[in-house]
Amino acid sequence: MERQTEETIEAELTGLREQYRDLGIFGLERIIAQRAAEEKHLASIYLLIDKRGVPIAGNLPAWPTDVETVSNRFRFSLDLPGSSGPRRFLGRSVELDQGFLLVARDIEDKLRTQTLLVNAIALGSGLMLVFGVIGGFVMSRWMLTRIESINRATGQIMAGDLGRRIAVDGSGDEFDELATNLNAMLERIERLLAGMREVTDNIAHDLRTPLTRLRSRLEVALMKDIDPSRTRQLLEETASDAEGLIATFNALMNIARAEAGEQRASWELVDLGELVQDIFDLYEPLAEERDIGLALENAAGITVAGNRQMLAQALANLTDNAIKYTPEGGHVTLAAAQTREQARRIARITVSDDGPGIPPEMRQKALERFVRLEPERHTPGNGLGLSLVSAVAKLHDARLELADNEPGLRVSLVFERPVETAPPGA
Amino acid sequence: MSGMKVLVIEDDVAAASYMVRGLEESGHVASVAHDGRDGLMLAASQTFDVLVIDRMLPGLDGLGVIRTLRATGNRTPVLVLSALGNVDDRVEGLKVGGDDYLVKPYAFSELLARLEALTRRGQPNAEQAPTTQLRYSDLSMDLLGRRVERRGKRIDLQPREFRLLEVLLRHPEQVLTRTMLLEKVWDYRFDPQTNIIDVHISRLRQKIDRDFEPPLIQTVRGSGYALRIPDQTA
Repeated sequence: MERQTEETIEAELTGLREQYRDLGIFGLERIIAQRAAEEKHLASIYLLIDKRGVPIAGNLPAWPTDVETVSNRFRFSLDLPGSSGPRRFLGRSVELDQGFLLVARDIEDKLRTQTLLVNAIALGSGLMLVFGVIGGFVMSRWMLTRIESINRATGQIMAGDLGRRIAVDGSGDEFDELATNLNAMLERIERLLAGMREVTDNIAHDLRTPLTRLRSRLEVALMKDIDPSRTRQLLEETASDAEGLIATFNALMNIARAEAGEQRASWELVDLGELVQDIFDLYEPLAEERDIGLALENAAGITVAGNRQMLAQALANLTDNAIKYTPEGGHVTLAAAQTREQARRIARITVSDDGPGIPPEMRQKALERFVRLEPERHTPGNGLGLSLVSAVAKLHDARLELADNEPGLRVSLVFERPVETAPPGA
Repeated sequence: MSGMKVLVIEDDVAAASYMVRGLEESGHVASVAHDGRDGLMLAASQTFDVLVIDRMLPGLDGLGVIRTLRATGNRTPVLVLSALGNVDDRVEGLKVGGDDYLVKPYAFSELLARLEALTRRGQPNAEQAPTTQLRYSDLSMDLLGRRVERRGKRIDLQPREFRLLEVLLRHPEQVLTRTMLLEKVWDYRFDPQTNIIDVHISRLRQKIDRDFEPPLIQTVRGSGYALRIPDQTA
């Protein structure tokens, strides 16, 4: 700021020297007098003195006492009339052939501004530092508190409190996002665990009874005084028990596998029409034996991506159930169809019967039972069969629908995304 | 049939010994190895009719054993035993050169039937034989003309009955379990809730055996079915 003033003074002095060179001391005297007259507020000071120190022209009565006659840069203070205190000036004086010239500028205002600025900056920085430190401290405390709360929650969860969740404060910041994601993950883990618990409970239920029976048969067979032919019969019964156990075990494994969503890597294109035809072929003799009319309504060229074996098993289970629950003389229809639902192509395989059906108010429950393994089932084939259908449907992102066949039951597996294939003959 | 010479490579000592006893009771000769390396050495140094290889073995695993055997030109049929039953696992087992795949727990009768089916592959009537005529006793099947005759009398079969009989004829005098039939006739590997295979067999029996003597389709208790002249089983 002072440099700016210095430069102005320097420029002015240069100008005045030129005037002096051109016009002589009287010319300079006239110019200075004129300039001094213009400076009513004494923002600029001019003073021209002769070699003896007698003022020639200017707005200062005498050469300031503490200022050298030749000085590149000096400061001095003046008490000006109408001013609250001494005002500071920055000036420069040069020697001329016939005297000395002084030019100075009032820098009091600038200096005050500068002081004010410096003070403001100092104060600002100070405050900023203080607030920064406090803010940083508060901020990091807050962050640490939140991380700590997440840590605490995860610690408790790891310690076994699986129902616990991490607090979400609703601010929508990254911590909230993290907490929400962690909670979603925990939710999924808990669901999986619950599913696993349910599966193990069901396995226990399904296997305990036959295992107990198996053991008691063997214990009887091991009794000393037992007839050898009776022993043989017992062993045969035991073997058949074991076979039943293995069948149940395999069914449970299949459900578990379908539920785990495995095997998508080995998916193939499955022609639903062919699948329905195959299952029709497999079950037709059985239906005939039970005096049930098994019909086939088949459309060609409906393809989905999936596991052929599992889809066949699911359809076989549905067909098996329909034949089982439809009284003699009844009808069961297997169908593969492609329809439109809200302008989207969907594929469905349907097993419908004209048996007793399921009343509407029970249907939702029956569907729930599809989802959860029936706790009160007695024949392992049945309940597990439907559980498997549900698991296979879920694996294929298919909907499992129960509807009234008027009369009877209509069960459909609805595939929302059949594979686009060219129509036959195209 | 004459006994098979079987090598069992199974690290579960108890399971292996039951298997050996079962095989010996059934008139076969069995050797055992409890790890992959021993198994590989035995399989390479002796001739066996069929190998039973557990998939999970200490040292060299089952698939590694099969891979090595096949790489050295050994073509002995292999039945892979596994606790893994995924489609992928099965495919993998067959891809490295296994000929059949059985998931634990299995019934011994199933294992035995499958081993016998594997050792019969090289014989006439076997699945790969490029034949157009299949015969057993007085029963004959013309694969090209889709004709079946018994004692010169034509029998009309539905396509699925034809396929079922074809599989039986390709494995004469061998036990075929219900699972094997479902696999070979329909190419499905699942456990039907009701024994639908029995119904198919009974249908076929009505056409093949009802009007003729002796009945050729025999029920093998606890196992499955076999095309067999009754006297031979005694």
